Amino acid sequence: MIEKTAAELSASLAAREVSSEELTRAYLDRISSLNEQLNAYITVCAESALEQARSADEKRAAGDSSPLLGVPIAHKDIFCTNGVTTTCGSRMLHNFVAPYDATVVENFNKAGAVLLGKTNMDEFAMGSSNETSYFGPVRNPWDTKRVPGGSSGGSAAAVAADLCAMATGTDTGGSIRQPAAFSGITGFKPSYGRVSRWGMIAFASSLDQAGPICKSAEDAALMMNVMAGHDPKDSTCANIPADDYTAGLENSLSGLRIGIPKQHFAEGLSADVEQSIRDALSEFEKLGATIKEIELPNNHLSVSAYYVVAPAEASANLSRYDGVRYGYRCEDPVDLEDMYKRTRSEGFGDEVKRRIMVGTYALSAGFYDAYYRKAQKVRRLIKNDFDLAFKDVDVVIGPTSPHTAFELGAKSDPVAMYLEDIYTIAVNLAGLPGISIPVAPVAGLPVGMHIVGDVFAESKLLNVAHQFQKHTDWHKLKPVITGGEAS
Amino acid sequence: MAFDKSEVEKVAQLARLHMSEAETAEVASRITDILALIDQMQSIDTDGVEPLAHPLDVTQPLREDKVTEIDRRDELQTLAPATEDGLYLVPKVIE
Amino acid sequence: MEWETVIGLEVHVQLSTESKLFSGSATAFGAEPNTQANIYDLALPGVLPVLNKEAVKRAVKFGLAIGAEIGKHSVFDRKNYFYPDLPKGYQVSQLDFPTVGKGSLTITLEDGSEKVIGVTRAHMEEDAGKSLHEDFHGMSGIDLNRAGTPLLEIVSEPDLRSAREAVAYLKKLHSIIRYLDISDAIMAQGSMRCDANVSIRPKGQKEFGTRTEIKNINSFRFVEKAINYEVQRQQDVIEDGGEIVQETRLYDADRDETRSMRSKEVANDYRYFPEPDLLPIELDDAFIESVRAELPELPDARKERFIRDYELSEYDAGVLTSEREMADYFEAVAKHSGDAKLAANWVSGDLLALLNKNNMEIVDSPIDAGRLGTLIARIKDDTISGKIAKTVFEAMIEDSSGVDEIIESKGLKQVTDSGEIEQLVDQVIANNPDQVQQFRDGKEQVLGFLVGQAMKLSQGKANPAIVNELLRKKMA
Repeated sequence: MIEKTAAELSASLAAREVSSEELTRAYLDRISSLNEQLNAYITVCAESALEQARSADEKRAAGDSSPLLGVPIAHKDIFCTNGVTTTCGSRMLHNFVAPYDATVVENFNKAGAVLLGKTNMDEFAMGSSNETSYFGPVRNPWDTKRVPGGSSGGSAAAVAADLCAMATGTDTGGSIRQPAAFSGITGFKPSYGRVSRWGMIAFASSLDQAGPICKSAEDAALMMNVMAGHDPKDSTCANIPADDYTAGLENSLSGLRIGIPKQHFAEGLSADVEQSIRDALSEFEKLGATIKEIELPNNHLSVSAYYVVAPAEASANLSRYDGVRYGYRCEDPVDLEDMYKRTRSEGFGDEVKRRIMVGTYALSAGFYDAYYRKAQKVRRLIKNDFDLAFKDVDVVIGPTSPHTAFELGAKSDPVAMYLEDIYTIAVNLAGLPGISIPVAPVAGLPVGMHIVGDVFAESKLLNVAHQFQKHTDWHKLKPVITGGEAS
Repeated sequence: MAFDKSEVEKVAQLARLHMSEAETAEVASRITDILALIDQMQSIDTDGVEPLAHPLDVTQPLREDKVTEIDRRDELQTLAPATEDGLYLVPKVIE
Repeated sequence: MEWETVIGLEVHVQLSTESKLFSGSATAFGAEPNTQANIYDLALPGVLPVLNKEAVKRAVKFGLAIGAEIGKHSVFDRKNYFYPDLPKGYQVSQLDFPTVGKGSLTITLEDGSEKVIGVTRAHMEEDAGKSLHEDFHGMSGIDLNRAGTPLLEIVSEPDLRSAREAVAYLKKLHSIIRYLDISDAIMAQGSMRCDANVSIRPKGQKEFGTRTEIKNINSFRFVEKAINYEVQRQQDVIEDGGEIVQETRLYDADRDETRSMRSKEVANDYRYFPEPDLLPIELDDAFIESVRAELPELPDARKERFIRDYELSEYDAGVLTSEREMADYFEAVAKHSGDAKLAANWVSGDLLALLNKNNMEIVDSPIDAGRLGTLIARIKDDTISGKIAKTVFEAMIEDSSGVDEIIESKGLKQVTDSGEIEQLVDQVIANNPDQVQQFRDGKEQVLGFLVGQAMKLSQGKANPAIVNELLRKKMA
């Protein structure tokens, strides 16, 4: 049962084939047996999950038929969850029990989803491998020597290993899509402003966006129906009605115009990964789509611009962690200055500190124009490239990552790690929706196909991904977890 | 551009981060590499390009002037490292 | 050498909205510590700002009142620095695109001439919390109730040339703000705060000298004292061959001096950048015009009207319109009494003296406009004389009953009965034969003395006009 998609579970619950309580127990059992090995969860909420499950069963008995009622979910530990420790993967917040719910959390609560726990992540979402977490790295269920990707690595591993039915993630430069690709699952980053950021701990405010990490595009649509929509608590949240994201899933792809960016099939892309993507593309042709090569001429500058914009915003966003009102404070500070410096140096890990330093530098007197302003201009050029592309094509398709999951510790050089997101970052800079779905694996490791749409074309993207999954089985492949007491 | 130790110290001070001698050297070299990556964007001419601060081309919504928050001091101060008489305590602030 | 002083003021005004600039927390003054500091104000992880419409309206209102350009496109920025009373580690402010641009206001100098002072800009920003320095076992206490209260920072051009001018500017600003009712603007409570940038230069020199910024000036009087102290200090330094250091100085009212704030000497680099949690504010003409339609009559216009309609002197009109409450009070008295001229004399004279003596605001006056109006009406209808009115006025301070009751109960009613007055007049004529003879010989001035004698006999209650008339008749 636990291997099913959320949509399938929804049907099973509706048909009373299983109760939410039974389902929740099954996931909790699975978590008990595998989490030690995978380290996907930071916090497991066993008791409250069972309570929520029983309440969901009661609601169902009373006639409530909400699609996700009683379906067990895991939230990335970046979402504030009332009464639950919310760490953001950092020592800084290791003891922070959030006194309020993020809008995303509140929406899933209202939909009746059962919260199993909070998933591991790169510290403050800064990383592409989940190795920067204060709570230790997450292991890839497909090969526990390898990383699951990041920063939403805990959510990705939990979904891939059936430690939950579905999970939430956040994506600032690829943090939903790249771990989805590495972990062989579906990960969807909506357009900037589609999902509220209230209660989602900020990394880079103009780039961060929450989205589903799940087992199919159909599940992503079900989750988006809960997550998307206007929120007056987030000024940057779009005041445009959300779609019914399941409504267009069955639309035909006949006549779909797919753009293939030359720059995403260039030097650096592993030949095997490229082959998997090209094979998948021919699948789309069978479904009636036409394929055309396009140019994203400024894509190569996206990593440069991103590593100014994101650290700059982060450097300010992380200034609130000062040991005064919540979170970590160093022992026995001798004075105020000492409290600030030791609290922040002891509370943050190396990668976070590095990015704060880069961002602080980029904003400092004399460098603002050369770095921050320049990056904002490059950002405009990158967005213009996409605007131009979407005049001719409906979606842009390429690889999510240049290669499959790498081994823990393989990328100790930050710059090498940053280049992991070469295909995903531009999408954040332009504020577009993007989805990663599994295609043919390479040497037993998952490969993700990246589909990008125009702004607020979420329904179109989900339709394209769903049709692909209807005609292929790559998303149904499951890892065989070895090395622990795995099943 | 090389990011030297004195730059590390200056920026660490602005960011209120403590850097040991050993860390300073390590950070200087890492950041030098990162800046080299960032500086790739200097290769492109952006004269006349309007900076993009925000992907969404929308304007700021305005909220009605109403008090919507209640006093949660006691609950919120359980999160704090040190409080007394309803105040957050910090090492002496010198004006 | 003759020196010229150059002053520019940065005035922070707390906008008196119900809720904070970016959160729904209350802004009441004097609440228990941290009871008005909620999750946004405490900068908890994940919180986001939403802009208070009323704060924007008030900023625009101020802009329109000083004839400023209104920023149709304004942008919030983050100003980054660490301080325990600044929970986010940055203050949300406006750098390049403030909501209010260039404007000006006119001040009246001591010689009665007018001077236009430029306002460079006025921008919205969040207030910080407060550090309490009482000793908590060697620690400081932080109260964040004030954190996030909307502020308007009003920056003047360096157009002011003396401490007096600075005070006049500040008072004019205060007056406009109170007329607009956008802030309590009480310096003692910190809802209006002033920093002064002061420099001196040899008279005739074009370039500005090095300036210092004086902080912590919390009354109009201290503004004058602090600037005068600082000007003298700068002169002494330069005349002793020294140089002025650009720095922030703190005014110490107890010692009446400014001193360097060494703790602020660490070079600040605020790393401003556009606040990504907020979008640009776009104001359309309809919004601006709707705010304009709400503008009250402002001090300058009211002063002109008082001169025109009530035939007041420039000076009286100036005094009576400097505070909106004062002007309202005066107009109520004028209307009630039916004599604007007398009303102006009474309000700017006896009433103001009374308030100043007791350090009271006009709204706290023990004599309300209605009662003062009635008092003046009683002078006009000859119930009492102007002199007796002063006695009644004194009584009204302690006694809150009606004017007529006070006159009645104290027996102060003017004697207008000719018979009664005739007796008095006869007595005066009998008692002062010499003066009567002098009058009859054509010495007109003596009449005044004789009237005075009659009034004295009546204990001031006789109607002087009737006394006058009867005396003339009897001595003819």
